[in-house]
Amino acid sequence: MQFSERWLRSLVNPPLATGELVHLLTMSGLEVETCVDVAPPFSGVLVGKVIDVEKHPGADRLSVCRVDTGAAAPLSIVCGAPNVAAGMKVPCALVGAKLPGEAPDKPFEIKIAKVRGVESRGMLCSARELGLSDDHSGLLALPDDAEVGRDFRDYYALDDKLITIKLTPNRADCLSLLGVAREVAALTRARLDPPPAPPVAAAIDATLAVSISDPAGCGRFTGRVIRNVDARAPTPAWMKQRLERAGQRSISALVDVTNYVMLELGRPLHVYDLDKLRGGIDVRFGRKGERLTLLNEQSVEVDHTVLCITDDSGPIGLAGAMGGESTKADFATRHVFLESAFFFPDAIAGRARRYNFASDAAFRFERGVDFDNNVAGIERATRLILDICGGEPGPAVDAVARLPERQPVMMRVARAHKVLGVAVPADEMADIFHRLGFPFAREGQGANEVFVVTPPSFRFDIEIEEDLIEEVARVHGFERIPAHPPLAPALMRSQAERERSLHAIRGQLAASDYCEVINYSFTDAAWEADFAANANPIRLLNPIASQLAVMRSTLVGSLVANVAYNVKRKLSRVRVFEIGRTYLRDTSVAEGDREVAGIRQSIRIGAIAYGPALEEQWGVKARRADFFDAKGDLETLLEPARARFAPGHHPAFHPGRTARVVLEGETIGWIGELHPRWQRKYELPSAPVLFELEAAPLMRLRLPQFAEVSKFPPLIRDLAVVLPESVPVQALLEAFERARTAAVREIGLFDIYRGAAVGDGQKSLAFRVVMQDTARTLTDGEADAAVARLTEVLVTKFGAKLRA
Amino acid sequence: MTDLHDIVAEALAAFAGIEDADELERVKARYLGKSGRLTESLKGLGKLTPEARRDAGARINAAKEAIEAALAERREAIALARLEAKLAEESLDVTLPGRRRGRGAIHPVVRTWQRVEAIFRSIGFDVADGPEIETDWYNFTALNNPENHPARSMQDTFYIEDKDSTGLNLLLRTHTSPMQVRYACQHTPPIKVIAPGRTYRVDSDATHSPMFHQVEGLWIDEHISFADLKGVHTDFLRRFFESDDLQVRFRPSFFPFTEPSAEIDMMFPSGPNKGKWLEISGSGQVHPKVVRNFGLDPERYIGFAFGCGLERLTMLRYGIGDLRLFFDGDLRFLRQFA
Repeated sequence: MQFSERWLRSLVNPPLATGELVHLLTMSGLEVETCVDVAPPFSGVLVGKVIDVEKHPGADRLSVCRVDTGAAAPLSIVCGAPNVAAGMKVPCALVGAKLPGEAPDKPFEIKIAKVRGVESRGMLCSARELGLSDDHSGLLALPDDAEVGRDFRDYYALDDKLITIKLTPNRADCLSLLGVAREVAALTRARLDPPPAPPVAAAIDATLAVSISDPAGCGRFTGRVIRNVDARAPTPAWMKQRLERAGQRSISALVDVTNYVMLELGRPLHVYDLDKLRGGIDVRFGRKGERLTLLNEQSVEVDHTVLCITDDSGPIGLAGAMGGESTKADFATRHVFLESAFFFPDAIAGRARRYNFASDAAFRFERGVDFDNNVAGIERATRLILDICGGEPGPAVDAVARLPERQPVMMRVARAHKVLGVAVPADEMADIFHRLGFPFAREGQGANEVFVVTPPSFRFDIEIEEDLIEEVARVHGFERIPAHPPLAPALMRSQAERERSLHAIRGQLAASDYCEVINYSFTDAAWEADFAANANPIRLLNPIASQLAVMRSTLVGSLVANVAYNVKRKLSRVRVFEIGRTYLRDTSVAEGDREVAGIRQSIRIGAIAYGPALEEQWGVKARRADFFDAKGDLETLLEPARARFAPGHHPAFHPGRTARVVLEGETIGWIGELHPRWQRKYELPSAPVLFELEAAPLMRLRLPQFAEVSKFPPLIRDLAVVLPESVPVQALLEAFERARTAAVREIGLFDIYRGAAVGDGQKSLAFRVVMQDTARTLTDGEADAAVARLTEVLVTKFGAKLRA
Repeated sequence: MTDLHDIVAEALAAFAGIEDADELERVKARYLGKSGRLTESLKGLGKLTPEARRDAGARINAAKEAIEAALAERREAIALARLEAKLAEESLDVTLPGRRRGRGAIHPVVRTWQRVEAIFRSIGFDVADGPEIETDWYNFTALNNPENHPARSMQDTFYIEDKDSTGLNLLLRTHTSPMQVRYACQHTPPIKVIAPGRTYRVDSDATHSPMFHQVEGLWIDEHISFADLKGVHTDFLRRFFESDDLQVRFRPSFFPFTEPSAEIDMMFPSGPNKGKWLEISGSGQVHPKVVRNFGLDPERYIGFAFGCGLERLTMLRYGIGDLRLFFDGDLRFLRQFA
C-alpha cells in the first residue's frame, strides 16, 4: 500500500515529523517499507506561460520563446522541445535556479546563456529535468488553470513523501487512506477528519433493479443511476496526482473516481455503462457452462463456486474481482450505473488466483471490506462524478441481504495479563478500545474484570480473546512490555552416550579433510537417472527451473556436480561431504511421528574425494586418491563398528570398483569409484571416489566394553601365502575369525605382492598374527600350533600355497 | 720417586691435547699400560723396606687414580664432542612445513546451526527433527492457515505430484513450524524445543534462495508469556552475536499461528551494520487454535514460538554479502570456515 504523506495528513495531522510518524506506524504493525521524496530537491522553478514562439534564427530545431512568469517583463528563453507552443503552461526555471544534477550535492545551476547567438534567460523544463519521471519527450505541460508565477514545487505539491507500508493480511482495514488515518488517530489521539460524503439529492427517479439471489456470497448491494455524464471530462490534476502517488495510473474520469474512492475509503466500486446492461442485475453464483470476457480481455468460464454479477445476458462480471468487457464504461458512455457492494471474503478468496490475475478489488474483498460504508462510498463517488463529469443522479438504492454478524468478543483482564506477562491497567485497556473505535462494556471487578467488545464493521480480524489481547499489546506498545528470562525448574539433561549426533559425524568428516557442502534437495532428472537409475523420481509441480525439477533420491549427483564446479575453477583436489535428506517413494512407509506416508525421507551422508590423496607437499610423494583412501575414511567414520564390503552393482560406480557397505547384516550404503561413463559425461579429468551411507546406523554407538589387559608378552608370527587373485581378502579374514583360537588376538594383512615370483593371476599375502594369553606366557609350540591351524584353513578352503 | 708428580703432570698434559678416542687409548698405555711409566714405578717397590713400600705404594696409587680420573674425564669430553658433532650433522630445517593430512570444514550455515543448538540446549531446550516433504495439514492447517486464506499467499509453496491420504498434494515445508506441531503432539508440557532444518519457497534471486534454513523455537507451559518471549529471544541474539549491547525490538506483525505476533528486529552497536534495524525473526504467543491442535487445552497452556533464518544469522555473523555462496559448493568459500 503506497500513498502520499500529504494525502494522509489531510485526514489526520498529528504533531509529528515524518520520521516519527513512520516509526509510529512501523511499531504499531503497519511496517513502513520505504519513505521517499516525491521529487528531488530543486529551487527557482515557477509556473510559466509561453506567450509566443519564434524560430531560432540560427538553428532549425530550436525556438525562441517569450515566457510570462508573473514578473513585469517576459523572459526570452531558447527551447528545443518539440511540443513547445504559444499559450501552453510549463515549469520554468529562472536564472539562478538549482535543478537536480548528477549527484545530490552537485545541483545544475541555470545561468544566462547564449544559445547559438541568442540570449536565453532561463529554461523550460521536462518532467525528467525536474527529476519527476523519466519522461523526456517534451516539456511538462501544465493544466490551463495553473497559476502563472506560482512556485512550481508548491503548485505541484512536491514537498511530499511517498510512504509504502507492508500490510499483513489481517489488516485489510488499512488498505485505504481513511484506514491508515484511523490508525494514526488511535495511536496519537489526533483528530480524524474523514472525507465528506453527504447524501446527494436525487435529480431524477431512475433506478436499476438489483436482486441478490445468493446472500451467501453477496451481503449488500448499493446502486445508483447517473444519467448524462461527460465520460470524456478530464480527471482533475489533484486527483491524478494523488492516484499517481498511490501507484495508480489515470485511465478516465469515471474509472479514476472509483479508484480514488477505493483508495480513500477502502470502498471498491464498479461503474457500468447503463445502456449496455440487459435488464436488472442479479448477484448469484455462476452456472456450469457460463462464460464471460473480463475487462482485461481474458475469457473465463465460471461455475457454481464463482460469484457473478449477472444481467439478462448472463454473467457480466466476477463479483468483487473484475468487471466484464461487455458492460464497461468507456469514453462513449452517456449513462452509468454505480455498484457499491459487500461480498463475503469466503466467496471471493482464491477466485482471482484461480483465473491467474490479481485485482485491487479482489485483494480487498478476500481480506474483508467495511460493510457499513457502501452508502458513504457511493455518495462520495457520486459527488465526485457530478463535479467532474456532470450528470443527473438517481436515488441511491441500498439492498441489504445478509451482513456479517459481529459477535461480541470477551477479553478477561487476567488472561491478558497472563499472556502478555505485564499488568496493563484495565482503565488503559478501556482507553485503547475507545481510541480504536471498538464499542465495549466492562463486567466484573478486579481480577475477574472482563471486557465485552463488539468488533467494528471495518475490522475482520477480531474474533477471539487473543485478537483483543493483541490490540491491547499493540496500542500499549510492544516496546513497553518488559523482556525477562522465564522461570523454569533447573533440571539436568544429558546427551545419550549410545547416540552420536550428526554434528559429531560432521566433525569427523571435516577432520578427515572433507569440506561440508549444502546442495539443493531438488535436482536434475538426468542425475536421478544416471546416478540412481531412478526413472520415476518425485517431481515438483512448480519447479523454479527444469534442472531443479525432481527430489533427489541420492546425494551422488550433487557431489559430482560439486567436483565439476570446483574443477572448472582450476582446483585440482576436491573433497566434500554433505549430510541431507533423500526422497524416495516407498509404500512401506506409514504415517508416523516423523514420517509422511509413502515417502522415505532418510538422512544420508555422502562424501567424494577427487584428485591427489594429499595436498601437494614436499614430504610426500604425490598420488591420486583411490578407492582405498575413501574406504579408509569410511572405516574411520564407522569406528568402532566394523562393516563388511560386498562387491555389487550400483549405477553410479565402476562395476569392478564398488561395494555395498554392510553393517550387522544390513546394507547401509555404497562406496565406489565413479563410473567412467559419468566421469566423461560430467567432464571430470579423473574419476573421483564416493561413498554414500544412511545416517541412522552411524548415529547408534555402543558403550565401550572393558576387557582385561594381558600382563604376559605377546608372541608374533608372520604367515605368507600365495592365492589366486579371485579370492577376496575379506573371505580369508572371516575364515580366520571362525578358525582362530582364543589366544589369537589380532590378524592383520601387512603386505600384498604381485609379480613374477608368484606367477600370473596370483597374489602373495602376508599376515601378521599376534597371540597373547591373559593368564600365562604362551609357549612357542602353542603359537606355532595356532598359526598352523590358520594356515590349514587357507590351504584347504582357498587352495593357498605357503610361501617361504 | 720424586718424579711421580712429574709423571702425573705429564700424563694430564698429554691427555689434554687429544681429540681422538684411539689416540687417547694409545697415550694412556704410555702411563698405565704394561710397560707404562707408572707400572715401571711399581716394579721398583720390591726393593724397599715394608714401611717405605707401603708409603710408596700409596703414593703410586694416588698418582694412578689421578691419571685415571683425568683419562675418564677426557674420554667423556671426546664422546660428548663426537655426539655434538653428530647432532649438528643431524639437524633439520625445522621451518619446513609439516607433513599434513589436511582438514576440512563445517558449512557456515551448519556452524550457526550448531551454535544455536548449543545456546538453546544451555537452558534446557530439546532439538527436534521432522520430514521436509510435508502434508498440507502439518505445514498449514494445523498452524491455523486454512486453504484459500490470504495468509497462504505470503509463502509460495513448492508442491510435489504425490498426494496425502486426504487427496491434497504433498509439499516441501515452507517453514520449520510443522516440526513444532509434530513435537508438541508427541510430548507433554513443559515443551521446550527448537527445530532447525531445511525449508523451501518458490523464490530465487540475490536475496532469496528456493531452499534455505530456519530454526523454530517453541516453549509451552502454564505461564510462558510474551514478556518471556522477549527475554529469551533478546538473550539468544545477544549470546549468538556475543554482544551485550545488541539492541532488539519487537513490533506487531501477523502470522496465522501466533497471536499476538511480533517481528523481531536487531541493531548492532558497531560494525558495518551499525544503526540499522535488521529483521531477524518472526515470533509470537502460540495461537489457541494451534495449542488445541497440539492436543493441549489453551486455557491451561500458553507459550511462545519463533522462527529465525539461519542464513541470515550466518551472513550477519560473518559479514557474508551474497546468499548464493552458501549453495554453490565453492571450496574457496567453504574453506574459510575451517
